[in-house]
Amino acid sequence: MTTTAVSRPTWGAIAFDRLKVELKEFSRSREQMIFIFAFPLIFMVLFGSMLGGQVLDGTDVTFAQYFLAGMIATGIINTGFQSLALSISIDRDEDALKRLHGTPLPATAYFVGKIAQVLLVSVVQIAALVIVGVAFFGVSLPTHASSWATFAWVFLLGTGASTTLGIAVSSLLRNAKAGSAILTPVILFLQFVSGVFFVYSQVPSWLQHIAELFPLKWLAQGMRSVFLPDSFTAAEVRLSWEHGTAAAVLAAWFAIGLVVAVRTFRWQRSDDR
Amino acid sequence: MNDAAIEIVDLHKHYGDKHAVDGLDLTIARGEVFALLGPNGAGKSTTVEILEGFRARTSGDVRVLGKDPHGAGREWRERIGIMLQTTSGRSFLSAREALTHASRLYPNPRNVDETIAAVGLEDKANAKPQTLSGGQRRRLDVALAIIGSPELIFLDEPTTGFDPEARRQFWRLIEALRGDGTTILLTTHYLDEAEYLADRIGIIADGRRVALDTPAGLRSRADDSVITWTESGVTQSEATSEPSTFLRALLSRTTGEVEDLAVTRPSLEDVYLGLVADGHAVDVPTEEIEVSP
Repeated sequence: MTTTAVSRPTWGAIAFDRLKVELKEFSRSREQMIFIFAFPLIFMVLFGSMLGGQVLDGTDVTFAQYFLAGMIATGIINTGFQSLALSISIDRDEDALKRLHGTPLPATAYFVGKIAQVLLVSVVQIAALVIVGVAFFGVSLPTHASSWATFAWVFLLGTGASTTLGIAVSSLLRNAKAGSAILTPVILFLQFVSGVFFVYSQVPSWLQHIAELFPLKWLAQGMRSVFLPDSFTAAEVRLSWEHGTAAAVLAAWFAIGLVVAVRTFRWQRSDDR
Repeated sequence: MNDAAIEIVDLHKHYGDKHAVDGLDLTIARGEVFALLGPNGAGKSTTVEILEGFRARTSGDVRVLGKDPHGAGREWRERIGIMLQTTSGRSFLSAREALTHASRLYPNPRNVDETIAAVGLEDKANAKPQTLSGGQRRRLDVALAIIGSPELIFLDEPTTGFDPEARRQFWRLIEALRGDGTTILLTTHYLDEAEYLADRIGIIADGRRVALDTPAGLRSRADDSVITWTESGVTQSEATSEPSTFLRALLSRTTGEVEDLAVTRPSLEDVYLGLVADGHAVDVPTEEIEVSP
């Protein structure tokens, strides 16, 4: 055997190359670009223009400021969970995953490439939302370093939970068509009850209890703690940002997602065994 | 160092009551071009996908390049190349981009430009992937299967849906690969393809092997000629291994022109169809042909 193990590409080089492939494919996919970038920006402009100037009762916070935090949270879920789950399902339906599995590509390098792509795209998406919010709707940015530290852990934990759940769900879906039909209403429901389109404290309490079980409510609340003044806690349901609970719920979903993703991941269609 | 690229012993794959592969034995030597031939649903692709590590087997022993393909790792995958039965679909990468990225997964890849030239995609190397025809995408699939300089290549029904000209082009491409000692296992339901490309042909039907022979060996099984003619308005026919003797007798007892006289030598296709038709009669391996790599 004359195979030269010396020239075997390193794991890092392969993962980095996967990230480049993922970014190329993402940037050339019109559907993905529209869903990830145009969609949240259109919502931001729409809601900001209609309701953005309104000051929320008993606070000095405008709806635009509140809505920006919610859109950032929902953007993380859209990119990390919904879009990722569907794109992996489509790749599986079209045997693209099977093809990859037939190469020496390490599975971990594939996932790291995907997750790194989600992180980069999410950062760009959030930056675009923030720029629109600041430029057109008078949103002010936090000045304390501690707020940006909060942003960092909420963002990373939220993206981590979204991506692992996205990968997990992609394997549980029968195919991508079913995925779109199942995931869209679920996400839409959570957006309505988790304090994205409506102020959370005005959501009926039985719906709040449902929302509290899922990551989006905590992600949105965490982002409000970054972009809204601390005085706004007086208008929150429990009069606090509840950072401890938010971290615990997001970490729990991350752990569940990771376990399910690792245990259920399939390279092949469910009927291809 | 084992001389066999692929060893299959008593392979079974069951889907409920359906036995897709039902006791298959096969050894393929290194450097050999082997065609697995059979009708749709005979178990060709199931067998190949077990060898590729995509499917688990119900029972039996399988060794591919000395390893059990089920759960075989990265080192093993570096040594094989796979062309799936389905054509790669939606892609956002050009042929050159796809091959460049794929080449970075292997320790000893082929040159990207040479590989593009080998499959005749020079004109389409940088084209938008949507502009590639089905045949061109299939050629890209071959290029992706060989980019890692594999020791063993699997081609699962590589030319299904090709027009005759495209099939010929594809055959020339595979012929060029056989020179450098690469082992090739291809499945096909085209007899002429197996005959043209393969050193040996394994015919399977209902998950079992019904023949294993060289193309010449298979052809030699077509020993009975069929003589047909019309006598007193009735079509007659006679199968015989000595057509001349029969003809002399026929001509001497008739006068004038024998109506509709024809002597037909059965084609390889007739042999194949005969073998597949009585697929239940398992082949007695009287003439196992040894092929030296």
